[in-house]
Amino acid sequence: MDSHTWTTVADVAAGACLLGGSFLAFAAGVGVLRFPDLLARMHAATKPQTLGLVLVLAGLALRIRSAPAVWALVLVAIFQMATAPVAAHLVGRAGYRTGKVPSETLVVDELTADVRRAEAERLGRAGTPPVDPEGTGGA
Amino acid sequence: MTRHRRRRRLVVQLMAYAWMVAVWVLLWGDLSVANVIVGTVLAFVITTVLPMPPIDFHGRVRPLGVLRVLGHLLVEVTRASFQVSRIALRPGPAPRGAVIGVRLRSHSDLYLTITAELASLVPGSLVIEAHRLTGMLYLHVLDAEAAGGIEAHRASVLLLEERVLRALASDDELARAALPVRRAGSGRSGRPRRRMVRS
Repeated sequence: MDSHTWTTVADVAAGACLLGGSFLAFAAGVGVLRFPDLLARMHAATKPQTLGLVLVLAGLALRIRSAPAVWALVLVAIFQMATAPVAAHLVGRAGYRTGKVPSETLVVDELTADVRRAEAERLGRAGTPPVDPEGTGGA
Repeated sequence: MTRHRRRRRLVVQLMAYAWMVAVWVLLWGDLSVANVIVGTVLAFVITTVLPMPPIDFHGRVRPLGVLRVLGHLLVEVTRASFQVSRIALRPGPAPRGAVIGVRLRSHSDLYLTITAELASLVPGSLVIEAHRLTGMLYLHVLDAEAAGGIEAHRASVLLLEERVLRALASDDELARAALPVRRAGSGRSGRPRRRMVRS
């Protein structure tokens, strides 16, 4: 294969990556808009968004084909993969602690159950009888 | 033992230096002597002005295990992305979620952190709270009624932790996490180093 063919192959692959990445980013946007609560929205904002961005970067790298630019894109991808879960964790945690997550929309909520149990134990030590958190504490 | 520990700390520090210099060089986009020197100076300034707490690492890095974790990560991230996209784009209401607690088997901060990071990228789960004293990880599950349900998610997080431990933990830590020390996994292509001979 000559260099012309390789250029065409790289261009087609770049196009596929860019389209796939754009699709995932679009789906992430739709998810953020449609999902009912904060935590479900964070799912949309972390997973398809991360892979979508990585695919767009891969498409760019295949199209640009110059080493310095490609290395910068690799750095962006690494930092995105490393920071997106941390950001989602912090937003989820803050939302949960400030009561932005309605517990009744969840099928099970073991965190609230554990927090209630811990509080009941604390009160129990202080002299009040401990409250059983509606039987969910068994797990 | 102290000499061993000091050597290990030095290795960790040198790796941090190498990483910072590499990032600096990559940001500038060309490998020149000046960039490497400035990067080294910056790495020195950053590590002395903003020292990180020492990482409590007693494990043993197993290259094959690390590769396995990375390979699974690649597959799972792709699966997770398409799963969330499908749920976002299909008509009808979003599925009901759940918050589950998973007690991890090891009590190391490092493995807890790595497992939590990876768990946020794999399908279905998102870490919302980590409790380091009890080794509990609380995750939000997007679709609690999906195949296997909550228990399947719990099992998948534990499997993830097992892979992380098998990649990084020492035999002693594996034993304390009640995981059998498996020689076969690393032994097949690891120990008696095979030389690849081109014929």
